[in-house]
Amino acid sequence: MKVGVPAEISQNELRVAATPKTVKRLQKQGFEVYIEHNAGVKANFSDKEFEEAGAKIVSTAAEIYGKSDIVLKVKEPTMEEVDMMHEGLVMLSYLWPAQNQPLLQKLADKKVNAIAMDAIPRISRAQKMDVLSSMANIAGYRAVIEGSFYFGRFLNGQITAAGKVEPAKVLVIGAGVAGLAAIGAANSLGAIVRAFDTRKEVAEQIESMGAQFLTVEINEDGATSSGYSKEMSKEFIEAEMKLFLEQAKEVDLVITTAQIPGRPAPRLWMDYHVAAMKPGSVIVDLAASTGGNCALTRNGEVYTTDNGVTMVGKLSQLPSQASQLYGNNLCHLLDDMGKAEKWKIDMEDAVVTRAMVTYNGEIHWPPAPLPVSPTAGGKPKVVPPTAEEVRASDAEKSKKASMSMMITLAVVGALLFMVGKFAPGEFIQHFTVFVLAVFVGWQLITNVSHSLHTPLMAVTNAISGIIVIGGLLQTTDDIKNPLTIIAGIAILVASINIVGGFVVTHRMLKMFKK
Amino acid sequence: MIVIAKEIQTAAYLFASILFILSLGSLSSQESAKRGVFYGIIGMAIAIIATVFGQGVAGHTYIIVAIAIASVIGLMLARKVEMTSMPQLVAILHSFVGLAAVLVGFGSYMDPHTQTIEGPAHSIHLVEVFIGIFIGAITFTGSIIAWGKLEGKVRSKALVYPGRHAVNIILLVACIVLGVLFAQQEGTAGLPYLYIMTGIASFIGIMLVMAIGGGDMPVVVSMLNSYSGWAASAAGFMLGNDLLIVTGALVGSSGAILSIHMCHAMNRSFVSVILGGFGNGPVGVAKAIEGEVTSLNHEEVAALLKEAKSIVIVPGYGMAVAKAQYPIYDMVQTLQKAGKKVRFAIHPVAGRLPGHMNVLLAEANVPYDIVLEMDEINEDMPTTDVVMVIGANDVVNPSAQDDPASSIYGMPVIEVWKAEKVIIMKRSMSAGYSGEDNPLFYKPNSEMLYGDAKVSVEKLLGFLK
Repeated sequence: MKVGVPAEISQNELRVAATPKTVKRLQKQGFEVYIEHNAGVKANFSDKEFEEAGAKIVSTAAEIYGKSDIVLKVKEPTMEEVDMMHEGLVMLSYLWPAQNQPLLQKLADKKVNAIAMDAIPRISRAQKMDVLSSMANIAGYRAVIEGSFYFGRFLNGQITAAGKVEPAKVLVIGAGVAGLAAIGAANSLGAIVRAFDTRKEVAEQIESMGAQFLTVEINEDGATSSGYSKEMSKEFIEAEMKLFLEQAKEVDLVITTAQIPGRPAPRLWMDYHVAAMKPGSVIVDLAASTGGNCALTRNGEVYTTDNGVTMVGKLSQLPSQASQLYGNNLCHLLDDMGKAEKWKIDMEDAVVTRAMVTYNGEIHWPPAPLPVSPTAGGKPKVVPPTAEEVRASDAEKSKKASMSMMITLAVVGALLFMVGKFAPGEFIQHFTVFVLAVFVGWQLITNVSHSLHTPLMAVTNAISGIIVIGGLLQTTDDIKNPLTIIAGIAILVASINIVGGFVVTHRMLKMFKK
Repeated sequence: MIVIAKEIQTAAYLFASILFILSLGSLSSQESAKRGVFYGIIGMAIAIIATVFGQGVAGHTYIIVAIAIASVIGLMLARKVEMTSMPQLVAILHSFVGLAAVLVGFGSYMDPHTQTIEGPAHSIHLVEVFIGIFIGAITFTGSIIAWGKLEGKVRSKALVYPGRHAVNIILLVACIVLGVLFAQQEGTAGLPYLYIMTGIASFIGIMLVMAIGGGDMPVVVSMLNSYSGWAASAAGFMLGNDLLIVTGALVGSSGAILSIHMCHAMNRSFVSVILGGFGNGPVGVAKAIEGEVTSLNHEEVAALLKEAKSIVIVPGYGMAVAKAQYPIYDMVQTLQKAGKKVRFAIHPVAGRLPGHMNVLLAEANVPYDIVLEMDEINEDMPTTDVVMVIGANDVVNPSAQDDPASSIYGMPVIEVWKAEKVIIMKRSMSAGYSGEDNPLFYKPNSEMLYGDAKVSVEKLLGFLK
């Protein structure tokens, strides 16, 4: 099967859907790979590198679309690009199906089977193909790096001979993948990091990355089954705005990451928040492309407001790294779909059926909801028993226990009576000794530590060699007597056991030291 | 020849019993354990001397020769054995006690004194002989099979056939019938019954241990230990010897409680382990495992270790097989010198004997204050940076906590997956002794490091130094 990778048309798109490394991987999966001339230039991958990795370079996009069974892209295709596609072509790219209805219609009309990489469901199995996660990870890291560049000061606190430097305070809004990555990066640079999210369950994740979780007094959870958060009530938003205003006066770097799929980004940082910030502060808005979380964000622009706050509305994509991760995500998906030889579009598959937005001329959007949440999708609630129930069951238990104890004692008593009635006196004597010894043995071992179990076993083994006494009592002076021979063998094996057991225990114990 | 009076002999036996009790009692802590062995040795010496020089004992020359030969063999066995094959040695030694019990039983039956006893005392004596041989024979063959399984000469998978419980019960009933017939015979006419019963008991011993999966071997070894005690006790009854009775009962009951302790640690019912057939796949549908297995190479693992502050090592049988305890301790010392907190976490049933791992680590001079038990370490897991699982599998299987269909469900395990990163050193992707697949390998924070544990650790050491 042939996999084609066209160059990205958009000037702003620096990434490419394959790198020399992923080309090798694709070939291992059994695909032939065709790459358009200069497709990787903006991501620092030359045609030569691709050729060395085993790909064939093709001069035009039309050729790619004509030849390939599968096309890998980054950005959603333009209408012109769709015109070049043929029926039955499988195309993998970002599609943003919620915003791009006409595009979906056109793809369906051309009977192109389009997989929207941004629609891969966020379940554990699909993590390796989740491009939103892999790209968000880069964005979060980059937000801190670029933010601190415009900030122009140390992020960590220092006490130097020249005086004390306060650590910078960073506020991260939205603790998704990008937010968490930003928290981690800012924390490792030494900043004091705070983070806000409407989903209560992420508090633990935020704290684990080293940030302080900010919350409002209103008890409302923004978690949904999609893994994204929902829009909150009016009261909640008011409380949130108030909290942000207090924070705005203190923090030096704000990174906003809140996005809701298929909708414009929520407005979280208003003009009055910006106005409250100190001159020299920086706002990095990762949601700039979907309208921005901050009211003053300009998509694709970096500028300084009148009160000296730098607004960052564009970030470098780290194109070569991003291409590598994106390419890996694609490889994982192709791997999951059976590679070249067992290639199959399985519409029963939980991942494929949700990501395949057009199939055989039909539009499959929106997909069936899939419940996932970091809290393991709702654990069954165990109702704790009330105090009364506990008491009742305890009483029941102790009643039962004393009852069964009575029965056991009665049976034991009866048995002992029988033994006493019929057995000769000598036996009773031995029996008494036996029973007492059993109890002693039981009590002795109850509190031996685990680490000494092996030595204990070796020593009890040695001691059980006491059976040698049986042999000793049976030997006679006559070597020809079978009794002597039997007894002799018994003494022999029992003595091996005694000596072996003690020596080995001694050896073991010698090794234990503090 | 000096002959010790009966009363003095009894006093000596009492003294020996006290010493044995002290010996077992001393083994409850590391400090007093060494004393325990000496108590045992002195007790045994007193018991043997008091018997040999007691009334009515003949053939001193043969006795001395037999003991001398046995001492040499025992000494060689015990000195030569590798600490890793300790379980096998213990198992084979149990079989000796079983064999001795069988021989003593036959000897006692054929002893002319026996024939002079009359009335109920005679019947009781015959029953004692019968029971003694029965237990002895089961111990003998069972221990040999246990040895074979541990040594790898007998396949470790549980041998289960339909109706095996019925067969065992029939065999047991047959033995009881034989016993009744045997007790009615005069003189030594009951010998054929005794032979048949010994044969059946030997067979029961074999089948009993064959039916138990390799994962439950620690329990079996400890159970056989207990049997060998009961066999000695039965011999004591037939010879009217209190010392044998007491000592046998001590060993028997301590072995039994040890087995029960171990079953608790594995959350197994004692009865079902002893009846066998465990470890043969899950009942019901096992939970589907999500995620994929990822692996690292040695250099990457070494880099992880260099970054970590707190490291926990979870050893298992794989460490024993590879004899990796020495390089592991070298690595631990290297890491400690670099200022890292390194500890060992030992599961109560790791290895093939209870306490197996502690013995191996002690052999490599690991100080036991950095060796912690499961319960002590589990609460520290979330704050641990790197956990290295070396040749352990079932004891770190999360299915035990979250998959009711798993055969090990409910067994307490070391919660390694709560740590930041888990490195699993393994030879291949095969399942553990229980035969359960391990979802731990599929967790996103788990990384595999394939290869022989010893070679791997040595390579890591190279990168760390």
